[in-house]
Amino acid sequence: MPDTQPSCPLTQQETIDLYFMEHRAKLLDIAAFLDRVDRSNPDNSKGADDFRMKAFRAAVAHLTDNAPDRARRIQEIFSDPTTDPIPAAPMKGALGAWDPATGQQGGKP
Amino acid sequence: MKYIDPHIHMVSRTTDDYQRMALAGCIAVTEPAFWAGFDRSSPQGFFDYFTLLTDSEPKRAAQFGIDHYCWICINPKESEDPGFAREVIALIPEFLKKPTVLGVGEIGLNKNSRNELTILEEQIALAAAHDQLILVHTPHLEDKLKGTKLIIDAIKRNGDIDPGRVLIDHVEEHTVKHVLDHGFWAGMTLYPDTKCTPQRAADIIETYGAERLWINSAGDWGVSDPLAVPKCRLEMKRRGHGEDIIKKISFDNPRTFLGQSQRFTVDA
Ligand SMILES: [Zn+2]
Repeated sequence: MPDTQPSCPLTQQETIDLYFMEHRAKLLDIAAFLDRVDRSNPDNSKGADDFRMKAFRAAVAHLTDNAPDRARRIQEIFSDPTTDPIPAAPMKGALGAWDPATGQQGGKP
Repeated sequence: MKYIDPHIHMVSRTTDDYQRMALAGCIAVTEPAFWAGFDRSSPQGFFDYFTLLTDSEPKRAAQFGIDHYCWICINPKESEDPGFAREVIALIPEFLKKPTVLGVGEIGLNKNSRNELTILEEQIALAAAHDQLILVHTPHLEDKLKGTKLIIDAIKRNGDIDPGRVLIDHVEEHTVKHVLDHGFWAGMTLYPDTKCTPQRAADIIETYGAERLWINSAGDWGVSDPLAVPKCRLEMKRRGHGEDIIKKISFDNPRTFLGQSQRFTVDA
């Protein structure tokens, strides 16, 4: 087991009993989403190369590495690693993952 | 058990929401000035918004026994035009004198642009000059980590700001430690879909402790839940956490931070 400090008052058995069904369903959602992407009409060749999907697949790999802080590490995969302010805001919203192709304007990754 | 929702945009919520929050134990809210889902076309639009926050909304809340406080600023989503932003900033000092205004907020960054950062720095200076508490908005999703670091640097650069008088909001797993390690208060925003869930907020409390940390709903015009704070309390209770830590995160901590303003008069 990873040597993280136990801080949840529940036993591991209680945690599994309480949350397993909910997260089993969420795992199937992820699997079905990846299937859906594969099944969709490949109208442009980007598909698997979409920067969000690349980050998504890298994130999924962290789920099974049995190391602690999975949530933090996955957050970091999706994050802009640059350090300088960008010249101008291109929009108000966010895309959920950093795009290395257009994201270099911040510089210094 | 009573609670405080220290970050909620009630101007976007119905009067029924006030009633449901009161039934769930809410006795006070604080409402930061933010983007309202559209860009205001003139500084006068902000004047009207600030009047709504300081005059109308406290009356609507009072019908349900909820104390309504607010924060005044120009938000980062409408800060890309510095000339326009400065016209709005000129309106702020007059509103800081109002009896329910707790400080400057929610200032911060949205896309981490140069102009957003300039306007953030000017409002940090304004807060320092008027000895105000600060409530900070951090960007969402891929922009959050970088933005949080830029914001921390900007506050530190000012030199006149006590980090104990600043709350940096919307922290998640990858930013909470940066904020707490620099001596700031941290807020977790509970959003049904795209941001932190009540379960993950409870996880963060278990991982990083409950010192200088609060939870809020940030309920607004988008998909959001004005009952997110009591739902997180229920999540903690379900895991076997004691009343003391649940009360600390949802009542004592916001009361301690906000109580640094003499205007915040919620009894223990
Ligand atoms: Zn907000």
